[in-house]
Amino acid sequence: MKKLINSPDAVLQDALRGVEAAHGDRVRVSYDPAYVVRIDAPVNGKVGLVSGGGSGHEPMHGGFVGPGMLDAACPGEVFTSPTPDQMIEATKAVNGGAGVIHIVKNYTGDVMNFDMAAEMGKSEDIEVETILTNDDVAVEDSLYTAGRRGVGVTVLVEKICGGAAQDGRSLQEVTELGRRVNANGRSMGMALTPCITPASGEPSFELAEDEVEIGIGIHGEPGRFREKIGPASQVTERLMTPILEDLPFSSGDRVLAFVNGMGGTPLLELYIVYAEVAKIAAEHGLTIERNLVGNYITSLEMQGCSITLVKLDDEMVRYWDAPVNTPALRWGA
Amino acid sequence: MAIDRDSTLDWMTRFAGEMAEHRQELVRLDTAIGDGDHGTNMNRGMQKALEKLAASEQADPGAVLKTVAMALISSVGGAAGPLYGTLFLQMGTAMAGQGEVDLPGYSAAWRKGLEGVQSRGKAQPGDKTMLDALLPAVEALEQAPDLDNGLSAAVQGAEQGMNATTPLVARKGRASYLGERSKDHQDPGATSTYYLFKTAAEALAD
Repeated sequence: MKKLINSPDAVLQDALRGVEAAHGDRVRVSYDPAYVVRIDAPVNGKVGLVSGGGSGHEPMHGGFVGPGMLDAACPGEVFTSPTPDQMIEATKAVNGGAGVIHIVKNYTGDVMNFDMAAEMGKSEDIEVETILTNDDVAVEDSLYTAGRRGVGVTVLVEKICGGAAQDGRSLQEVTELGRRVNANGRSMGMALTPCITPASGEPSFELAEDEVEIGIGIHGEPGRFREKIGPASQVTERLMTPILEDLPFSSGDRVLAFVNGMGGTPLLELYIVYAEVAKIAAEHGLTIERNLVGNYITSLEMQGCSITLVKLDDEMVRYWDAPVNTPALRWGA
Repeated sequence: MAIDRDSTLDWMTRFAGEMAEHRQELVRLDTAIGDGDHGTNMNRGMQKALEKLAASEQADPGAVLKTVAMALISSVGGAAGPLYGTLFLQMGTAMAGQGEVDLPGYSAAWRKGLEGVQSRGKAQPGDKTMLDALLPAVEALEQAPDLDNGLSAAVQGAEQGMNATTPLVARKGRASYLGERSKDHQDPGATSTYYLFKTAAEALAD
C-alpha cells in the first residue's frame, strides 16, 4: 500500500492542518475536539447547520463549510463516526440563537454519537433538530438491517438547507425542507476497486480484476450483487433501474441528477456516466433541471461512482440555486 | 472478597492491555463483516482512558468506571464508543460512592450497564452484537453464590455467547448490510466483551 501520509495515526490531524493552511481565511479549525467552523460563526439569528461523519469521504463534510451551506463539520477518524464532544462544541460554536440542525447519515455509529450529543447538549439550552439521511436503495430497509445508508443525498440536503438557513428560514422550516429532500432522493453506488484505510493498510474487500460490485456502500460495504464489468451504459442502467423503481418518479417530474465519483475515478468517466443518466432520464420522461457531476462524497481511493436522483419542487430549486461559498462547492458568490 | 478501587483500576489496566494485544485480531474480525476499525478504536479509547485515570485520583470503583466511560465517549466514536461508554457510565453510576462493592451490588451494576447498552444500541439477543456475550455473562453473575464463582461463570457465559455469534446473521450495525453473508464470522463486539469479563476475573483472582 502506498499513501501520501506521514503516519497512519496522524492522518486526521495532518489533513486538518492542511485545511487550516489552505482555507484559514474562511474557516477556523479546532483540533481538540476536532471540528471545522465558519470563521464568522455564530451568525446571529440564523439557523446553524452541523454535520459530521467519518473521514475518508472528502470533500464531505469539511469542504462544505461556508456561507450558503454548513456552519460546522465534525470529522471522525477514517470511516469512524465523530464523538459527542465534537458535536456539542460545534453546536455551541454555531448557535446564533435560532436553533441548530444536525445532519446525520444513517449509520449505527453516527446515529448513536449524535443521539448522545443531543442528550448531553440539552443542558446547553440549544434547540437541536436532526435530519437523518437514508437514500441508498441498495440496502433493504427492514427490521433486520440497520436501515438504508445515508449517501449522495446528504450533499444535496446540506446545500439546499444551507440556502434556506442563509435566507433566514426558521428551524422548523429548514428541518422540514431537509427531510423532504431526503424523502424525495434515492441513490445507488458501484465500485470497480476496493478502498484501503490507512489504519489497516489492506483492501476493504476483494474484487476480481474483471468484476464490479453493484450497490456498494461508501465504506466498502457490500452491495446487491457482483458481475463482470460491462460498458458504462450497462453499469449506469444497473444503478438507475433500482433508483427509478424505488421512488415513483413519473413522467413529467423535474429532478436533480447527481453523478458522484468515489475518489479514484476520473471526471472523464463520470461524464460518460452522466450522458447515460441523461439518456435514461429522458426515456422515462424526467426533466433534469439541475445537475452535479464530480467527486463530492468519496470513499478514499475507491474507483466507482454513485448516482442520486431527487424529485424537485420550486423551493428546492430556489435554494439549490442560492449562492454558496465553500472550499468544495461555490457559485453565485 | 469485594470489588474496590484498586481492583477496578487493575481490571481497566488489564483490559487496556488486552485491547492492545488483540488489536489486530479485532481488526481482522471487523474487516470480515464490518468496517475494520474495532481493534484500532478500542485500543485508542482504552489508552486514552489510562491517561485520564493517571491524571486524576479516583475515590472509588464507580469513579474509575465513570472516568473510563468519559474517555471512551470522547475518543472512540463509531458504535463502540457510545456502547462501551454507556456500559461503563451506567455501571459507574450504579456503584457511585461505594468504597467496596459486593456481589449483589456488582451484578446490579452490570445489569444497569446491560440495560444502557440495550437502550443505546436497540439490539436484541441473537442480533450478532456485543449483547450476545454480555447478556449470558451478566445472568451468570446474577445467579452466582459468590463473586469468585460468579466471575468465572461470567467468563464462561461470555465465551459461549461470543462463540455462538459465529453462525448468526447480523441484524444490527454495518454487518447487517451483509445479510446471509455475515454468517460464519465471529462478532468483533462480542469478542471484545469476552475480553472485558476475562480481565475482570483475572483482576479479581490476583
